[in-house]
Amino acid sequence: MQIGPILVALRRHKAGTTLIALQIALTLAIVCNALFIIQQRLVRVDRPSGVQESNLFVIQNDWPEKLPSQDADARMRADLQALRQLGSVQEVSSSNSFPLRGSGWDNFVRLSPDQVKMTTDTAIFFSDEHTLATLGARLIAGRNFSADEVGSQSGTDRMHARQIIISKGLAEILFPGGSALGKTIYVSNDNAPSTVIGITDTLQAHMTGVWAKPYAYNAVLVPARLTGDGTFYLVRARPGQLADAMRQAKDALYAQSPMRIIPAQDGIMTFAQVRHRAYDGDYGMAILMGIISAVLLVITAAGIVGLTSFWVGQRRRQIGVRRALGARQRDILGYFLTENLLITLGGVLLGVVLAVSMNVWLVIRMGSQPMSPLYLVAGVLMLLLLGQGAVLAPAVKASRVPPVEATRSV
Amino acid sequence: MFGYYLNLALRSLGRNRVLTTLMVLALALGIGACITTLTVLRLLSGDPLPGRSAQLYYPQIDPYPKNGYIPGESKPQENLTWVDANNLFDAHRAPRQALVALGSAKIQSRDAGGRPFFGDAVMTTADFLPMLGAPFRYGSGWSADDDAAGARVVVIADFLNQKLFGGANSVGRTLRLNGHDFRVVGVLDHFSPQPRFYAINIGRSYGDGDGAFLPLRAARAVQLDPNNISCWEAADIEHLETAPCMWLGLWVQLTDATAVANYKRFLDGYVREQIAQGRFHRTDTALPDVLQWLRIENVVPDDARLQAGLAFGFLLICVTNTIGLLLAKCLRRSREIGVRRALGATRGAIFGQFMVEAAMVGLAGGLLGLAVAELGLWGIRHQPAEYASLARLDVSMFVFTFIVALVSALVAGLLPAWRACVVSPAPQLKSA
Repeated sequence: MQIGPILVALRRHKAGTTLIALQIALTLAIVCNALFIIQQRLVRVDRPSGVQESNLFVIQNDWPEKLPSQDADARMRADLQALRQLGSVQEVSSSNSFPLRGSGWDNFVRLSPDQVKMTTDTAIFFSDEHTLATLGARLIAGRNFSADEVGSQSGTDRMHARQIIISKGLAEILFPGGSALGKTIYVSNDNAPSTVIGITDTLQAHMTGVWAKPYAYNAVLVPARLTGDGTFYLVRARPGQLADAMRQAKDALYAQSPMRIIPAQDGIMTFAQVRHRAYDGDYGMAILMGIISAVLLVITAAGIVGLTSFWVGQRRRQIGVRRALGARQRDILGYFLTENLLITLGGVLLGVVLAVSMNVWLVIRMGSQPMSPLYLVAGVLMLLLLGQGAVLAPAVKASRVPPVEATRSV
Repeated sequence: MFGYYLNLALRSLGRNRVLTTLMVLALALGIGACITTLTVLRLLSGDPLPGRSAQLYYPQIDPYPKNGYIPGESKPQENLTWVDANNLFDAHRAPRQALVALGSAKIQSRDAGGRPFFGDAVMTTADFLPMLGAPFRYGSGWSADDDAAGARVVVIADFLNQKLFGGANSVGRTLRLNGHDFRVVGVLDHFSPQPRFYAINIGRSYGDGDGAFLPLRAARAVQLDPNNISCWEAADIEHLETAPCMWLGLWVQLTDATAVANYKRFLDGYVREQIAQGRFHRTDTALPDVLQWLRIENVVPDDARLQAGLAFGFLLICVTNTIGLLLAKCLRRSREIGVRRALGATRGAIFGQFMVEAAMVGLAGGLLGLAVAELGLWGIRHQPAEYASLARLDVSMFVFTFIVALVSALVAGLLPAWRACVVSPAPQLKSA
């Protein structure tokens, strides 16, 4: 296939050629970036929580008036007892927060009491001896809390945490390459040390925002029931009895004490709902990007089909002449495919520049990450294929132009 | 003449139905996407209190310790401590001012004896509601004396009045808040600035607005805790009034630039005084007005900006696409143009004819784009975001849609129309 004549012919259709190339360039820029955004969101959404999420649900509970700490603790223990007695319930625990909740209590962690800057940030989960089993989080070193270590604590920042369990993620940040077990760290603002008695496998913090990425797997479990404010009951239902357990748990709590607040809207949530709520913005963005990319590709393909069809119509006589001079059908087909390939190549060259600039802008303005070149390669291939696919029908039509067309006037 | 062009345009558009449909659809999708995202952006970046917001200012200072302080790079804090908030408040340097913090109150109707529920409550001072121009349906607000006395009075929003008292005049009736009786002194008519700019964490503050407004000291006496507390050292958050924690905001009304400059000087002076006393270590202060404050708080999420940017890119591609197709169409009609030119049509007439054709595409695209935008907004209203339910097309956006559509189509029509009018008639006629 001779490229020279094609280029000469294209110069006669400058405007049309430029427009298709421009459209391809813009489409490439947007689709590459959109696919990259989709991938980033999906990676976030697919992060493991370290929680065995099926059969787990969360109840938000609060009392109509502020109770003295001891009363609140007594009521909480009675609630836990009542929930534990349900046939559909396997494990129950109370906490101030839980993984993926989105907000909660976080503290700075230091390795020595006189350290000025924090080593890292971490989520604080108040826990008891049932918390690990309820969440389905696994210990990889050390031991669980014992029942007598779990006290009650009102909502002050003076956290009494002599023994703590920390997540693997936090352990790796604090003691890279070494074992955290038995070490002391400082997790509350007073200068009392906490000893690490256990390390869990992967366990996600409550923070899910983009800013919290470095702390996403930092969790400290503190052996206490937090009585100051509202509390969450974490409930693991027996396998397959999630719906029953959720209904029974609510009834049991109201039977236990009718004057309590379980918010109507999101007072009882399955962990699947918790996960969905944590990431709904990401799901939404990924779906939107997907739709935009698909529509763009369709519009661009349709534009190529439309414009090429016109070119073919316009050149019927020339095609006829070429056919009469001995060009085979596949020469004509090849001509249009090559022509499109050249235009698309021009478009993707510009498109790569646009896509990279757009990504740089996103990195600067939106704190996005630099795009992997793989997306450019994939995008370029996709548009080349799209161009060839779109031009195929008009090109086949062109190849079927009979040589006798040469004798007709246009 | 215009009618003739219209007729020609309709015929020409009708001749290539597939192509016309394609152009209209592409434009409609582009316009629809743009209008949808712009409506959301406008909703998010709108003025929560038109007419008043320019006079409201939010003093910011920084009580943090010296550690980690880099002058010029640290920003003043979002909230004030109880001590600083009261020092600034008691100085009375503004004609109207109000302390404010958000909390979740446990609300219970005294009579119905129903189950208590959580409601957003604002603990504030007497001037807050008049300063923000909150309209009353029944009763009125409370006085500065009520503030000082910690009077157990409350102003409730219309939706809470509906829920608790069936919408009747409930002034004088009693409400239980956090287990304590409060007397209703006022019921607001619809009042919900979008977003709820007067407290931090406003990213999630669209919708009905707050249910109850009550005097700060009375609220604290019944242990209504602020939603947002940040402490810089070991703190007993059961006693926030003495804790090293920030949780209160102060809004001041300043009517002109001189007043603003004076207040800023006062604020700087206050900070220097505190530094001299050894209480403070950092000098930065700020006095943003409402809209500046919304920018500081990043009210418009990056995702919304990103979506709007993409929608414009999308529209650009659709316009490019339309230019290409219109161009192809008009080049095919070179002969027809040649004939018209030979019969005496001027270049201007040809240009006009093609622009009318483009405008028709634009109008059709705009109409369909409106449907796409309605569909898009319907989709957004079914999203879980708090502002979602407010995403509606208003009259100005409706008009704007057609302007965007027409401008897009006319821009798209320019090149093809110009190419058409420079066609020289002679060769076209000869080849015929």
